Amino acid sequence: MSDTNLTPAPIDWMALLPIIGVTATGVIAMIIEMIRPRQTNNAIVWCCLIGLGVSAYFVLANWSRPAEETFGGLFMNDRFGQVTQLLLIGVAFITVLFSEGYLREKRVPFGEYYPLVLWSTVGGMIMVATRDLLILFLGLEVLSIALYVLAGLKSGEKRSQEAALKYFLLGAFASGFMLYGIALIYGATGTTHVTGIGELYALRETLVDRYPFNVLYAGIGMVTVGFAFKAALVPFHMWTPDVYHGAPTSVTGFMAAGSKIAAFAALIRFLDGAMDLSSVWLPVLTVLAVLTMFLGNLVALVQRDAKRILAYSSIAHAGYLLVAVIAYSKAQGMFDVEIGYGTVIYYLLAYGAMTLGSFAVLSLTARGGREGTLLEDFHGLWRRAPFPAAMMLIFMASLAGVPLTGGFVGKLLIFKDAIAVDMLWLALVLAVNSVISVFYYLRIVLAIVVREPDLHPTRFAAVNPGLFAACGICGFLLIWIAVAVDPFMKWISPPEQHAIELRESPPESSVE
Amino acid sequence: MSQNLVLFVALAVVVVVSAVGVIATRHVMRSALSLVVNFFTLGILYLGMNLHLIGIGQILVYTGLIMMLFLFCILLLNLGAPQMLYERSPIKVWAAVLVSGALIVIVLSQVFLPMTGAIETTAPDDYGRVRTVGNWLFNKWVYGFEISSVLLLVGIVGSILVAKRRG
Repeated sequence: MSDTNLTPAPIDWMALLPIIGVTATGVIAMIIEMIRPRQTNNAIVWCCLIGLGVSAYFVLANWSRPAEETFGGLFMNDRFGQVTQLLLIGVAFITVLFSEGYLREKRVPFGEYYPLVLWSTVGGMIMVATRDLLILFLGLEVLSIALYVLAGLKSGEKRSQEAALKYFLLGAFASGFMLYGIALIYGATGTTHVTGIGELYALRETLVDRYPFNVLYAGIGMVTVGFAFKAALVPFHMWTPDVYHGAPTSVTGFMAAGSKIAAFAALIRFLDGAMDLSSVWLPVLTVLAVLTMFLGNLVALVQRDAKRILAYSSIAHAGYLLVAVIAYSKAQGMFDVEIGYGTVIYYLLAYGAMTLGSFAVLSLTARGGREGTLLEDFHGLWRRAPFPAAMMLIFMASLAGVPLTGGFVGKLLIFKDAIAVDMLWLALVLAVNSVISVFYYLRIVLAIVVREPDLHPTRFAAVNPGLFAACGICGFLLIWIAVAVDPFMKWISPPEQHAIELRESPPESSVE
Repeated sequence: MSQNLVLFVALAVVVVVSAVGVIATRHVMRSALSLVVNFFTLGILYLGMNLHLIGIGQILVYTGLIMMLFLFCILLLNLGAPQMLYERSPIKVWAAVLVSGALIVIVLSQVFLPMTGAIETTAPDDYGRVRTVGNWLFNKWVYGFEISSVLLLVGIVGSILVAKRRG
């Protein structure tokens, strides 16, 4: 027909390859699940590991490309997106590494577990590589729906069922909030692209005075609720302890690390675009950060269950991360301070490694279909499994912020950023909370190292090579990023920065 | 009387009769089935007004999905006995009258205001046509379109997993 002006959009296959790679690996793993012999999932695990490695290579193949938006602004290909995609792939890699032994001990022999983990990762990768709210929402749904199913994987266990149902209902509600917020933003601005929203808001003085900015504010508020739910910020954290506690431990680790990385990266994308609106959401986020840090740490103090302690600890860490995000966003509006996204990425990496690693160690209590996660259940782990216990010491030290670990350097960087943007009080709140948190991390360490097993010692699962490797990688990463801070920060910072520095240096020398 | 008008009147009569049938029959199943007829005929009316996408959406979403849920709920809750549906509390009856009266006012205001010329109802010529939407879907939004296929895949695998593990 003559009036079909169908001009297909140019497709940037290269930028899409990492996402396609992980999705396709999930599909292949699904096919292997259908044709495999019933006893073992090893083929699926290997397929997933190789596929994730290849996808990570695809990300690196895009590394030196200039930042640009393809698909008519739906896909953002820049260093920030690449780094976070790499982080998510790494989280999935380590999760897959230590899951198999745990799932076998826990008697959840589902091969579908692995494709769902991969597709959930895909959702996160989509979220972090877009500036369009609709695509972000689609990515969020892919991420969440896979997690809802994974949380309820252990069917015989009431806690797991409860976790799945609670997560599903509250998550659907939060998604509804977010979608409604996006609709309101679209209604107010006529676009779902964050850059467009920011540009329109910057023009507010010149627009007609009856412009519905209140609708825009309401929309941003609702989208913030959606983000706060996904990132488990107080007061939207209610689901976190129960879901983290009830879900299979490997899923909890993946949820805590992957979901939070994706949520925070997407939050930064959203705030980046709507920078002119910072006066609207900055105070709100600051209150959320303070509440999140205090509640997470104080409630963690009185918990008796190691999994719940780590759940509350992850809430507290979301608060620290939020401080970093606030400092980063505030610095964008100030002329004399320059803060990159490096701190946030650094802390996300440290947080991901230490959280995932400690959940990997926690998964050792699963044996013969049972799992005890009370602190007493870990008595004597030091003798039974020295290497994971030693790694657990590193993770706990890093979570508490002991020097020479990634967690310490990360907190230091956040502290520095917060002071740089004149938020000393927020930095002090962070420091106080950091001290509070030492107590409960110490309790886990005591349970593992010092306490002797009592009358009914826990029968720990055998340490399989996957778990060994997962703990080793996480522990190594935490030490390595603490030692090599500068090379790491340079590696993740956007390439344009160097180019601008080079361009700006000649005039300076001529002035001299 | 043009052919179009004849067709419209015929369809409109079916719509109205089936709508009355929804509340007039005593059996829940019958009123649900009248609702199916109502939705379906409305979809055809939309198609006649050149609103292709809304017409197809009406038939697919309402007649297909929502009605299926409806019937499923009726079967599940075993609402076959009509005496369950009688409301005895007078406060609730008055509340129902009030709410449905407000609804009628809202609907009628949407119907009558365009007739008096207070609201302009003409959309741009190619607005909401199948071709326009398809063009957008497969050009600018093709990325989102593909993501939703991944989303569906996750949904299918997830729901099968949830159903399977009970066995």
